[in-house]
Amino acid sequence: MGDVIFEWACKGAGLFVLVLLGAIIVELFIAGLPAFRAFGLAFITSADWDPVQEVFGAGVSIYGTLVTSILAILLAVPLAFGVAFFLTELAPPWMRRPVGTAVELLAAVPSIIYGMWGFFIIAPAFGTYIQPTIIDTVGELPVIGALFQGPPFGTGLFTAAFILAIMILPFIAATMRDVFEQVPPVYKESAYGLGATTWEVMKGVVLPYTRISVVGGVMLGLGRALGETMAVTFVIGNANRISSSLFGPGNTIASLVALEFGESEIGSLKLASLLALGFILFVLSFIVLAISRWLLRSRLKA
Amino acid sequence: MSQTSEVTKPAGTTGFGGLQARSGAALNTVVRVAIRNLDFFYGDNRALKAINLDLPDRQVTGMIGPSGCGKSTLLRVLNRMYSLYPGQRAEGEVMMDGRNVIAPDMDLNELRAKVGMVFQKPTPFPMTIRENIAFGVRLHERLPKNRMDERIEWALTRAAIWGEVKDRLDTSAMGLSGGQQQRLCIARTIAVRPEVILFDEPTSALDPISTLKIEELIDELKRDFTIAIVTHNMQQAARCADQVAFFYLGELVEVAPAAQLFTAPREKRTQEYITGRFG
Repeated sequence: MGDVIFEWACKGAGLFVLVLLGAIIVELFIAGLPAFRAFGLAFITSADWDPVQEVFGAGVSIYGTLVTSILAILLAVPLAFGVAFFLTELAPPWMRRPVGTAVELLAAVPSIIYGMWGFFIIAPAFGTYIQPTIIDTVGELPVIGALFQGPPFGTGLFTAAFILAIMILPFIAATMRDVFEQVPPVYKESAYGLGATTWEVMKGVVLPYTRISVVGGVMLGLGRALGETMAVTFVIGNANRISSSLFGPGNTIASLVALEFGESEIGSLKLASLLALGFILFVLSFIVLAISRWLLRSRLKA
Repeated sequence: MSQTSEVTKPAGTTGFGGLQARSGAALNTVVRVAIRNLDFFYGDNRALKAINLDLPDRQVTGMIGPSGCGKSTLLRVLNRMYSLYPGQRAEGEVMMDGRNVIAPDMDLNELRAKVGMVFQKPTPFPMTIRENIAFGVRLHERLPKNRMDERIEWALTRAAIWGEVKDRLDTSAMGLSGGQQQRLCIARTIAVRPEVILFDEPTSALDPISTLKIEELIDELKRDFTIAIVTHNMQQAARCADQVAFFYLGELVEVAPAAQLFTAPREKRTQEYITGRFG
């Protein structure tokens, strides 16, 4: 009898999570339906966000979400690779635990702290030193120069991506370290035995051996970056426009919802539009995290 | 110790009983690797004690002994594999081409190009058969494509696997059988054109037929390479090796031509081991 109760209690808990997930996504979709009805598929691409005229579009925030997340990945992956490489191959044993723990603790810092740090330290530092330097150098180049022009506000897409990069670093670095450590030593010894250097072993054996899991770790970081709200809201500048420069202000789905939600009346088209945004973000994160889980399945099983 | 002089004597011609040790072939007098007074430490644990051993040029040296006797450790000294792990160190001399292999200033990449190693379990890299062979070659030489193709064919032919893989060079090496994978690993090792090849129990994960193929291969490879093979299988040592070294508790108890060691060992401990009284 006790077993039966226990079994059903556990089953219930498991089913509850599944139902909850489905309920949220259905609820979001239904609540956002008026916006999809009013604007159709153009809601996704439209760059308008005009509460006075009641015209809403998700274009700018989707653009901002994708640009900051992808830029964050580009910044975080090399750094995470360096950390993981250092921790598995180069660090003396006494350093591995402290450094590894420190990297993991980065994930424990609340995002509001990153937001405040970004706003009070990073944004001014970027505006005063880093952005002017980049504008004067990279900004002068043809083609890619256009991405690094404009006034150095300090805040903006680039700063948001930088903060995001630091926030997702621990997830990517920890995944990479774990999968690097799972490469059987005898494979590494085989490569060393042929006369390979540490870097050649990494490039020739460890990365090919783990590449699927590494991409899975990157997707995990991407999933986090897409939905991050607080820190981004602090530093992104919160302007509903697509600027050609990465130093320009923008917004993301999450930051837009966070800012505008309090000013939306129940039953209004604006609220429906915000909930529709939430639905889009949910679907986007869901797809990315699902891909990540799928790529990491062998590691999770092990 | 006197075993260093033993390698210059011709192999005995006495009867070999059931072991069928090789006979007739005189041991080479040119020494490829000379190990002198070698001590090895895992931390404070002394795993090899004052080892003196010569590896004669283009001959097979078999290393036998119970688990933990130090035979694999000795192999890992010869290509400095132990240097990957902090806390492991060797003292003494391992002379090869006039240089002490275990000296701190030894260039490990250069050394490992000269001293190849084949492991207990096949270790194909997760890439194509062609790439597996090219990987090692590229570490040391820049070859144009046609020369690289020639080298790959040469190595695979020498490893007696060319016929089986020549139509599938661009498929994953992970799809090969265990025995084929091990021969691929041997091909990968010889593609770098080493002087010495170390085999660390190369057949212990293989079936008898694959084992036989590897043994024939070793016999064939010694025309060009100096070979050291660690094995748990005394028949294998008798079949493959020209000279056999018996290790026990970190000491080199006895080294002698294979025929002599298996039929008329000088040491009591050797005799007890080869007759199965311990180990």
